[in-house]
Amino acid sequence: MLRIKNINTFYGQVHAIKNVSLHLAEGEVVTLIGANGAGKTTLLNSLSGIVPPKTGQILFNETEINNLAPHKIVRLGVSQVPEGRQVFKPLSVADNLELGAYLNYKIGGSKIESKKDMELVLELFPILRQRRKQLAGTLSGGEQQMLAIGRALMAKPRLLLLDEPSMGLAPMIVQEILKVIANLSREKKTTILLVEQNARAALKIAHRGYVLETGRLILEGTAEELLENKDVQRAYLGRDKKEIWER
Amino acid sequence: MDNSSQLVQYVLSGLSNGAIYALIGFGFAIIHNATGILNFAQGEFVMLGGMFTIFILSFLNLPLAAAIVLAIILSTLVGILFERLAIRPLKNIKPLSLVIITIGASIFIRGAAMLIWGKDTHALPAFSSNNPLYVYGATIMPQHLWIFGITLLIIIVNKLFFSYSILGKAMRACAYNAHAASLVGIDVKIMVLLSFAVSAAIGSMAGIIIAPLTMTSYDVGIMLGIKGFCAVIIGGMSSGLGTVLGGLLLGLLESLGAGYISASYKDAIAFIILLLILFIRPEGLFKQKETQRV
Repeated sequence: MLRIKNINTFYGQVHAIKNVSLHLAEGEVVTLIGANGAGKTTLLNSLSGIVPPKTGQILFNETEINNLAPHKIVRLGVSQVPEGRQVFKPLSVADNLELGAYLNYKIGGSKIESKKDMELVLELFPILRQRRKQLAGTLSGGEQQMLAIGRALMAKPRLLLLDEPSMGLAPMIVQEILKVIANLSREKKTTILLVEQNARAALKIAHRGYVLETGRLILEGTAEELLENKDVQRAYLGRDKKEIWER
Repeated sequence: MDNSSQLVQYVLSGLSNGAIYALIGFGFAIIHNATGILNFAQGEFVMLGGMFTIFILSFLNLPLAAAIVLAIILSTLVGILFERLAIRPLKNIKPLSLVIITIGASIFIRGAAMLIWGKDTHALPAFSSNNPLYVYGATIMPQHLWIFGITLLIIIVNKLFFSYSILGKAMRACAYNAHAASLVGIDVKIMVLLSFAVSAAIGSMAGIIIAPLTMTSYDVGIMLGIKGFCAVIIGGMSSGLGTVLGGLLLGLLESLGAGYISASYKDAIAFIILLLILFIRPEGLFKQKETQRV
């Protein structure tokens, strides 16, 4: 479904993504783990067209998308839930969701259809129904994250890019959000690329994973393989050397 | 004229000028909120509105209403061209440089207007009769009522547009966070273009409704632009109630100052208010604290 071939992305002079290639099959949940500053967010922004790669190719369902404007990439079915949620704080929860379906309005899609989609999102996150009329800025962090995911789902993406949905949230809320993400994959068959620092949680719901370090992919494998991998354990799962040696 | 009717007179004319300032201020706010640019060419759209209407009336012999609609369309087109030719081609440029570009555009538009229409002052016929009305001993022209009515209408339409239409909401989303807006599929460039179009349209309407009272010429944009800027600064860069109140306050103070102190200080009052606000309360008098959690 998605194939990234040898992309290089720069932030000004900084070579942030170095020769990265990866792929996602339809229906997969793939996680991209890595430390702060490894280039995870940049990789997602390259996919979304915010920071297009200088060289290389990104194919989404065999369509080249590496030179498209962000809104065109959304139209093809790739939605990103950005880092730090970035909901439209001065607008109401309902307006935020409505804007998620902006393309549907623009193409002349029916309002009824968007209403139906909004119902689905509100069923997924019942708390948002109670908060429908509130300004998004008054929501708690977890609620804002749910809203950000809901907003992305309103565009009916075939590929959902999630940038650190667990950032700054209480462990219980993280569990709840990850459960919803796992459900999306199981029930709606949405393909998901999940970027996380919380590697353990991400690998639990993912099928496969990639490890990104200073702009390069250094490892890939199934979720089980990565969970068992000693380097991953030491660097990202918080197990120290001693514990590994003892086994 | 006794004292009280004099006061009523000053208040009424102050409010009608203030309404115009508020409309011009809206133009500033809409572009600033969408792009972070202070568009100092805003006053020129006000001038273009009046001048286009006069030009169309005298050369095409159209009825007034048709001439006005056409003038608004032409001014909006100038706004769109301005964005396409002078703003959009520049990538990764600092807002300050863009502000300077708008000053350049303003000089260019003013110069072109002078070459095309000359330096004469022109008058636009009043929208309805020229017979003054008497209110509590004060005289007002029917045109004042037009100004109040049209301003109110524009404010209401503006409010409805930004609160209820998907396009208006998309513009607000874009103003708040362009990055997130592009991720939901909003074309940020179109929103910027739209903000210039809407600002030009509102500015030109302001220029048209005031032209029958104050006359118009190629250079009215400078002073009206500054007054509108002053209104929007008082209003804290909002495209809503704050700027309306800011405009009305400015209009009132100006008119009372001109009446009770000296007419020659009329323009100075706007500048003094502008400086005071910028020194003491640069976030505006009516800016509400945003309620938000981190």
